[in-house]
Amino acid sequence: MAITLDQTIAHKQQSWLAEKLSSQTFWVLVAVILACIFLSFATDSFATSKNLYNITRNVTFVAIIALGMTLVIITGGIDLSVGSVLCLCSMILGVVMHAGYSIEVGIAASIATALIIGACHGLLIAYIGMPPFVVTLATLSIARSLAMVASGNTVVFQFGPDHDKLLALGGGAWFFGIANPVVYMVVLALLTGFILRWTRFGRYIYAIGGNEHAAVLTGVPVRQIKVAVYMISSLSAGIAGIIQTGWLGAITTNIGTGLELQVIAAAVIGGAALAGGVGTALGAIVGAALIEVIRNSLGLLGINAFWQGCFIGGAILFAVLFDRMRKFRQSE
Amino acid sequence: MAVLELTNISKHFGAIQAVNDVSFSIEAGEVVGLMGDNGAGKSTLVKMIAGNFSPSHGTMRMDGAELVLNKPVEARRHGIEIVHQDLALCDNLTAAANVFLGREIRRGVGPFRILDYASMYKRAGQIFAELKSETRPRDLVKQMSGGQRQAVAIARTRLSEAKIVLMDEPTAAISVRQVAEVLNLIRHLRDQGIAVVLISHRMPDVFDVADRVIVMRRGRKVADKRIAASSPEEVTGLITGAIEQVA
Repeated sequence: MAITLDQTIAHKQQSWLAEKLSSQTFWVLVAVILACIFLSFATDSFATSKNLYNITRNVTFVAIIALGMTLVIITGGIDLSVGSVLCLCSMILGVVMHAGYSIEVGIAASIATALIIGACHGLLIAYIGMPPFVVTLATLSIARSLAMVASGNTVVFQFGPDHDKLLALGGGAWFFGIANPVVYMVVLALLTGFILRWTRFGRYIYAIGGNEHAAVLTGVPVRQIKVAVYMISSLSAGIAGIIQTGWLGAITTNIGTGLELQVIAAAVIGGAALAGGVGTALGAIVGAALIEVIRNSLGLLGINAFWQGCFIGGAILFAVLFDRMRKFRQSE
Repeated sequence: MAVLELTNISKHFGAIQAVNDVSFSIEAGEVVGLMGDNGAGKSTLVKMIAGNFSPSHGTMRMDGAELVLNKPVEARRHGIEIVHQDLALCDNLTAAANVFLGREIRRGVGPFRILDYASMYKRAGQIFAELKSETRPRDLVKQMSGGQRQAVAIARTRLSEAKIVLMDEPTAAISVRQVAEVLNLIRHLRDQGIAVVLISHRMPDVFDVADRVIVMRRGRKVADKRIAASSPEEVTGLITGAIEQVA
């Protein structure tokens, strides 16, 4: 008896498991887990609660921004300004609180700054049609400069009446001894994952990255979505800046320098494609984790820190090469 | 009464007269082949029906009522659906996601609404079964053949109660076997009482599936005949200008 049309239609070409096994994110996750297992046996200091506390907390700043960056990358864009935006948002927070305002006012000012920057990016890119690379490259320069202007290029380390609240926000561990930044990261990752998978907004982000022209023709509000996505990216940098300020307890005008490259690396290692259309929230976290595990392990294994860049660069090439090879085999 | 009736439609862009005084009407369940050389005004004409351009002169009527379109969305609302030449598909999404792109089914209350995957897969599956196409709603469009991609694009027109489906070169870039598949899809739409406007360069397709052929040359309608009363030779002559005009 031949297979009926209905049976064919109900069938799916790839099973759920096969789909997971073929994703770059899955294999990077395997690499992270294997590296952790290896390091627990190879060194005495890796699997200590203090080191794990450090690693998980260090991951968060890159990971939180990588979540926002992933959305931008899925639409086929890029945001080079995140390091500078992080610096500016931290500095606004610091300056406002130093002037004697409460932490709520400081955070509100900082978030507002991030949203305004993101909205400017979005408007220039979606409505004026400027290339994302150029627009955010300009902000990379402008935002850091503004941070210097706002602070007079000094170090801010006194945060007025709510000083202790801010430090507790970033440096505390209110939830079962897990560092606060890690809790924020998990919440934001779940939120991002939910938005991408379950909302119409998330669906449109993928559609724009897959075929922008098709999205326009089918009535997707492409411009509005793009503005929102760049606002979210800047917002993620602002949030990371606020948390990092609370953790460090001081802000200089060079924090976040070169951070954009680490963030893009995390997103790409986690499976986001710079051509657009592909990427996940989990991928952003896993990519950030792999970078941090590499950095941490080199220190613990006694390898000179100068080699760090080589290993991280190697990881980027290897992750993407692996993906290429797999696709190459599929197409044959 | 005609589903769509165009009366003395003209469109000019500055000094260029793209469409010049064209009138015709389409009945429900009729397949009309729209033919003409490049630059003959087919696309401009179709874009006016699709709401991309508004005519410089003339009127359009749908079921007897005057039709004024400012945006493609308004055309859709009136039951005019378009299958674009490049199909407007997102390769990175599933067939179902593409069918429902811009018209997702959601569930939930108030502003808290999530995508209803189950309903969309089910409905897309029903449409593919209706279209007699072996297309799986859960598969990525990236993995699909030309015929299946056409089915996905055509399935979009089945989401609402379409009255007219405009198809822009649906058989231009696919294999011979897939062409037969697409022509079957067109017959299927016709059997449901939908009027189909088929814009094509391919003479055999038009003569295979259309009831009537309209030929455009340099912005003017030069022929409007029943397929049975015409021949490929005559239409070729009309397209190139070897035959000036027929009644």
